[in-house]
Amino acid sequence: MWRLRVLAAFHELRDCAALRDAGRAGGIAAVLAFPILGFRLADSPQGLRLETRFSWVVFAAAAVFIARLMHHGLHRLPGLAFARAPGFANIAARARFSEPSTYAALIVFAVLLPWLPFTGRNTVDRATLILIYVMLGTGLNIVVGLAGLLDLGYVAFYAVGAYSYALLWQNFGLSFWECLPLAGALAAGFGLALGFPVLRLRGDYLAIVTLGFGEIVHVILLNWTPVTGGPNGIAGIPRPTFFGLPFAPSAPEGGKTFADYFGIAFSPLHRIYFLYYLILAMALIGAALVWRLRRLPLGRAWEALREDEIACQSLGLNPTIIKLSAFALGAMFAGFAGAFFAARQGFISPESFTFIESAIILSIVVLGGMGSQLGLTLAAILLVGLPEWFRDLAEYRMLAFGAAMVLVMQWRPKGLAQRRAPTVRLGNAPAPAPAQAMAEAP
Amino acid sequence: MSAGPAALLEVEHLTMRFGGIAAVNDVSFRVQTNEIAALIGPNGAGKTTLFNCLTGFYKPPVGRMQLHAGDGKPFLLERMEGFRIAREARVIRTFQNARLFAGMSVLENLIVAQHTATARASGAVSGILGLPAHRKATRIARDLARHWLDRTGLMFAADELAGSLPYGMQRRLEIARAMCARPRLLCLDEPAAGLNARESDSLNTLLLDIRREHGTSILLVEHDMSVVMRVSDHVIVLDHGVVIADGAPADVRNNPDVIRAYLGAANGTTAIRAVAIAC
Amino acid sequence: MDYFLQQLVNGVCLGAIYGLIAIGYSMVYGVAGMINFAHGDIYMIGAFVSLIGFVALAGLGLTSIPLAILLVLVFAVGFTAVYGWTVERVAYRPLRGSPRLAPLISAIGMSVVLQNYVQLAQGARGKPLPPLVTGGISFSAGSGQVTISFLQIFILILTISAMWGLDWLIRKTPFGRAQRATEQDIGMAALLGVDVDRTISATFVIGAALAAVAGLIVTLYYGVIDFYIGFSAGIKAFTAAVLGGIGSLPGAMLGGFLIGLTEALWSGYFSIAYKDVAVFAILVLVLIFRPSGLLGRPAVEKV
Repeated sequence: MWRLRVLAAFHELRDCAALRDAGRAGGIAAVLAFPILGFRLADSPQGLRLETRFSWVVFAAAAVFIARLMHHGLHRLPGLAFARAPGFANIAARARFSEPSTYAALIVFAVLLPWLPFTGRNTVDRATLILIYVMLGTGLNIVVGLAGLLDLGYVAFYAVGAYSYALLWQNFGLSFWECLPLAGALAAGFGLALGFPVLRLRGDYLAIVTLGFGEIVHVILLNWTPVTGGPNGIAGIPRPTFFGLPFAPSAPEGGKTFADYFGIAFSPLHRIYFLYYLILAMALIGAALVWRLRRLPLGRAWEALREDEIACQSLGLNPTIIKLSAFALGAMFAGFAGAFFAARQGFISPESFTFIESAIILSIVVLGGMGSQLGLTLAAILLVGLPEWFRDLAEYRMLAFGAAMVLVMQWRPKGLAQRRAPTVRLGNAPAPAPAQAMAEAP
Repeated sequence: MSAGPAALLEVEHLTMRFGGIAAVNDVSFRVQTNEIAALIGPNGAGKTTLFNCLTGFYKPPVGRMQLHAGDGKPFLLERMEGFRIAREARVIRTFQNARLFAGMSVLENLIVAQHTATARASGAVSGILGLPAHRKATRIARDLARHWLDRTGLMFAADELAGSLPYGMQRRLEIARAMCARPRLLCLDEPAAGLNARESDSLNTLLLDIRREHGTSILLVEHDMSVVMRVSDHVIVLDHGVVIADGAPADVRNNPDVIRAYLGAANGTTAIRAVAIAC
Repeated sequence: MDYFLQQLVNGVCLGAIYGLIAIGYSMVYGVAGMINFAHGDIYMIGAFVSLIGFVALAGLGLTSIPLAILLVLVFAVGFTAVYGWTVERVAYRPLRGSPRLAPLISAIGMSVVLQNYVQLAQGARGKPLPPLVTGGISFSAGSGQVTISFLQIFILILTISAMWGLDWLIRKTPFGRAQRATEQDIGMAALLGVDVDRTISATFVIGAALAAVAGLIVTLYYGVIDFYIGFSAGIKAFTAAVLGGIGSLPGAMLGGFLIGLTEALWSGYFSIAYKDVAVFAILVLVLIFRPSGLLGRPAVEKV
């Protein structure tokens, strides 16, 4: 049966429309490739020279032609229509997994990860990185996903968190645990500072101002060398201790190390695992906090603001407080993540805090969809975890990442989570008498 | 002009200009406590502008709008920020095109409306920790929401997306949501627009019940005369931004100025008969 | 005083570049309601195509500078327009009607693709071009000399011609009417028979063409380009579009000039390092007092 189908598809492909379209695509690719791929600007003693590489143009045109043909073919072979599969919420519903149980399974997996047979140091490292982005995504989710405020400069708060720890250590000798809350508070302060001027701005104007804010912070980090170390950043940042016990082969005089205290042999893995569990705990607490807030007036107010700001005002909600709280709380998450990042790396520089980071975090939130925590977790695994495995592509990595952003948005424009579940349900108790309901009301 | 006991809402010499045109020109009227007042007039008369001034969307350069809450000083609406008019004076409005929180459920819409009351009853910390004060506040909010779901016949749709409801239900939801905000004065912008005869009847019953059971005053802008005549205690007629009649429905109905405003300078008796039949 | 005037002239030329790019942002926002994040990188491609054109013509032995500029202009505008068209078809058209954030992510992805594409194809280092147009007019002002180079004059003439051509296109041609209709109400325009797809495509193409002109200018004026210029110029040009009031074409040009002047004067009198901070500070200040930008129509929300 399938042989007949393939034959039919082949015959259809031979007809004009698909070939012509693919031919057109190939032709356009040739035109595009001609100047940029066809020539190469090479340095020479007399200035610039041009080398020709027309074979690249031919390859590009051919590749596009074939890809376009395959694209047509895919649509005609129904068995391969996976691209049009329903969202995971629908799949999960059909498979009778509920969202909470999926989440529980993920958490159990995450807790057990370092002890699973196939995980090595690399896996735990990557999982740590993914969790940093889950934390960042949770924070940006408050601003963009819940409150509907388009923030393109979120990386600024991440930087504030990281540099807060670094500078507080450098100038006041504070430890990681002392700096962590301070980093969050400082980042929240910056969030308020960003929030005030943008209160009256419409969506896209808000976007450019927040983008500018992110760029300004980056420029300051790069140029204010006496304080931030300029392009070289700050190095030698101490790693976190296990409540005072350092993860080192040997302790400063008079102290014990983590390994000493627990009577086990020193291993560099201890610190790796500790960092992993630390960020896991931070991400879980963060997610739990957001989950709880969504069921409080504040969280509902965020979502109501996203839906209709004017209706909010007409019900007595104060848009200023709602927006500022979203910015501040969202920034606070980034501050914590930043401090952790600095502690994990031991060294920070402005290079880690560029616009592309804001873009990645925003992509995680958008791909997650509808303000869904589970969605953004999966999106973080997809967008941060997978490219790490593509490191072998080396210089083509970013190109592939960009292409993935374009393609994934066409695949799932509403995000992975297709539906939003209400945060409160009616339940079964009978309605009370009107007198009682109104009497209790203040 | 209704006099008597202190009015709930006093509007005096309200004027709102756009460019050179006065959309609302020296308008004065009162709405008593526990009264349903209707604001009618031909299109472009300035009704929605007046509404927008009352609820803080426009800031009129001239005039006073006072809301008497009973005890204490009256609220000077012309000086208050939009959301404060809703929060403190408790003047709650609905919109011509129902502005629901479309992506949230029906129940959530009603819970959001109780934001101020709930937030005052228990703070954020109490909420995060799940302390008893918070649980009590949440229960009260849910009960009130249930009450209004029941009264507007929306109980079955409580967990549905507000945006997925049919039009008639969306309008009912908007009223239920407004009532959950515990208004002193409920301002309804064309609540009967697009409703059929049966739905209009239900709306009439609902409005009368609100007035009777909760003591809320209602000010409504409306074109549907069947609703206006059956429900209002007091009708104010605007034309070209000026009040041309203000009194009981029966008096206003027969007022020649009103008839002329609606029908133009037409044949007197035929016009009166036409309006009488329509009502 | 002479220094001031010199910086002024520099600022105006810089502003012309930003303005031309900003118009593309504004136009696309007007008809498609989206921020074309990849637009700055289209400008970068225009710059590279121009450079390649110049080197190619030099290699073929062409010595007449004006002719070379003319040919490169045609060459750059043509190829860049195709890039603009392709970006719209590939990254945006499939997402029309999706929630607003989806095209934005797609645009950012496209921007990353273009940057890396050029970086991989041409290398990461800056490509220098010796100055092709030299000489200028000098006159004295205050204590010293102010020189307006022929190149700067040419840039101004080119920019003004482009503006004039665009204005004619928008106001006097059927396409311009179709575009204005689509901007106002896309649904209604479609119902009235306007080919909305083609109108939007054409808007992207025109935006790309103007960006190509800006790319040519920057190649001639600054002499060094790399794959990253699209990002920084793109942000500033977008700022210019917002500053002038997004959707307003004269606003975009005005915003461009303001930003160019701010940058040049700040660099000249204070520090180059923080010139971007100055630009954004101006933006924030303007938006605080005029939330719709300088020439933007305040969006009146009907209540």
